[in-house]
Amino acid sequence: MALTLAEKVWRDHLVRSADGEPDLLYIDLHLLHEVTSAQAFDGLRLAGRKVRRPDLTIATEDHNTPTIDIDKPIADLVSRAQIDALRNNAVEFGIRLHSLGDADQGIVHVVGPQLGLTQPGMTVVCGDSHTSTHGAFGALAFGMGTSEVEHVMATQTLPLKKFKTMAITVNGKLKPGVTSKDIILAVIAKIGTGGGQGYVLEYRGEAIRALSMEGRMTVCNMSIEAGARAGMIAPDETTFEYLKGRPHAPQGADWDAAVAYWSTLQSDPAAKFDAEVILNADELAPFVTWGTNPGQGLPLTANVPNPNEYSDPEERNAASRALEYMGLTAGTPLRDIKIDTVFLGSCTNGRIEDLRASAEILKGKKIASTLRMLVVPGSAKVRLQAEAEGLDKVFLDAGAEWRQAGCSMCLGMNPDQLAVGERSASTSNRNFEGRQGKGGRTHLVSPLVAAATALRGTLSSPADLDSAKVGA
Amino acid sequence: MEKFISHTGTGVPLRRSNVDTDQIIPAVWLKKITRTGFEEGLFAAWRQDPEFVLNKPEFAKGTVLVAGADFGTGSSREHAVWALQNYGFRAVISSRFADIFRGNSLKGGLLTVVLSQSDVEAIWAAIESDPKTEITVDLEARQVRYATTSVGFEIDDYTRWRLMEGLDDIGLTLRHVDAIDDFEKTRPAYKPATLPAKV
Repeated sequence: MALTLAEKVWRDHLVRSADGEPDLLYIDLHLLHEVTSAQAFDGLRLAGRKVRRPDLTIATEDHNTPTIDIDKPIADLVSRAQIDALRNNAVEFGIRLHSLGDADQGIVHVVGPQLGLTQPGMTVVCGDSHTSTHGAFGALAFGMGTSEVEHVMATQTLPLKKFKTMAITVNGKLKPGVTSKDIILAVIAKIGTGGGQGYVLEYRGEAIRALSMEGRMTVCNMSIEAGARAGMIAPDETTFEYLKGRPHAPQGADWDAAVAYWSTLQSDPAAKFDAEVILNADELAPFVTWGTNPGQGLPLTANVPNPNEYSDPEERNAASRALEYMGLTAGTPLRDIKIDTVFLGSCTNGRIEDLRASAEILKGKKIASTLRMLVVPGSAKVRLQAEAEGLDKVFLDAGAEWRQAGCSMCLGMNPDQLAVGERSASTSNRNFEGRQGKGGRTHLVSPLVAAATALRGTLSSPADLDSAKVGA
Repeated sequence: MEKFISHTGTGVPLRRSNVDTDQIIPAVWLKKITRTGFEEGLFAAWRQDPEFVLNKPEFAKGTVLVAGADFGTGSSREHAVWALQNYGFRAVISSRFADIFRGNSLKGGLLTVVLSQSDVEAIWAAIESDPKTEITVDLEARQVRYATTSVGFEIDDYTRWRLMEGLDDIGLTLRHVDAIDDFEKTRPAYKPATLPAKV
């Protein structure tokens, strides 16, 4: 029978299947962080259970960690207690943990791929919705709640109901200045925040094939913002090239056996998807969000929409609430929106390529005096790599802040937060009310738009820089 | 887990769509390492508005939340389920739930019921005109009943059975530990392990 990529990975992890019950799937890799694991470890202790496979489990500290003064004790006592709980649990249950200060510490979704632990055809889970990131390798990867974290720790499996499959084909070539972030923001605007509910998305087509692994991770990362628990891209030479030589990638005969298997991981030509969406990359432009959910996005050249233009009363309501929260007036050109903080980082856009792309634009220039820019590498390794390439100097010379690795302002669990009414252009993934700090207002953008915005002070694309006087 | 067979209580109309889990429980509350004490954090930002529905005395004691479409989007935080339960909610009704939130709620015994948007609006109208209207969410009969209205809802047999028996998934899965052992023997050698650490 012809199968999709997702169905093949499902088939290859099926432990048990019975009529009227969910399938039981084996989990190849379980990623942990401090926020969603403490209660799960407590559950294990209460039931007298162990972690079944510590050797398929890895933990890192990311959500709560400060991005300055990391050599000092964490000032926020509640955050410190949560980090301490993870450290104690890791020792008690024999889990490998990369703590603050360790060269392999960082955002869990940056660390897994960079260690070569995320590989094609695997099942990867984590108590974090952006686990969909790992689907970029052709893994079936999804986020879960704490009860499921405990379930995977105890059994190395998950009971799951079959997903439906949706093909998202992006034909053509991206224009200069348009990135993988713009692809995914356009996808979400098209299908909506609920459009992917119940589906695994498979991204395909010429524009997806042309993306680097970093770009593919950005796309898969935000699948959850379209309501899909997982997004996948079939592995190819780009994938193998990225993996080869990484610490946990297979070697020698294992490498050959793995590549032989990985090469079978494509949707069969005759495979049927439950739904299909087609986009044309040539028509895409730099995208930004104007509202309070990631589906409320438009090309940067557009104006803030008028809620009355929505025929659906629910959407009209949501748009008008969003404009009120965001402090925006219908009809304002998006390019005229003044920004207070630019945040470059997160599991969406905190990888080395994102920093390079942004630095390229900032090089030799100064950010607008009206704003601050925070650059937060996705992992300590990304930070070290960037410093080896001199990118830290570029950011610092431009007037940006160069921070330590972590989730940081993406969700503001550490001190990196927006103040009430403060407006950000952020390369992260969620523009929810208060996401980056209570009362904060978020516009989601690509690393290129982030850099151009930092220079001009208003939402801008790199193209806006050519004609304008910059950095004066 | 507490069994869920049927629950009767009053409703709270939350006329908003796309209620993400950051609204249900803001990130600052996620630093706690217990499963309890999240009730104060529930809709913390919205509750600062005196007009917010939970601040209205007539809806203060509701146990059935009736929300707009796409409830529970965004972050996978199960804390959102705990916050709703800690506050006193036993069931949430919406025309569409985000997948992870729905999974979390049904694991933890918070019944999430999918009804059509028109049924949701009819309930909103009923409880807004009379906040004392009792709503019964009957899992056994797969029905929501209020005033003279009765609406059926769908839920798969397995989940319904698990909730009605109050069974937790780990215990159920461990009945099949032999199948897990067998599967593990078939895993290819090239699959990565996190230990010993290679850096």
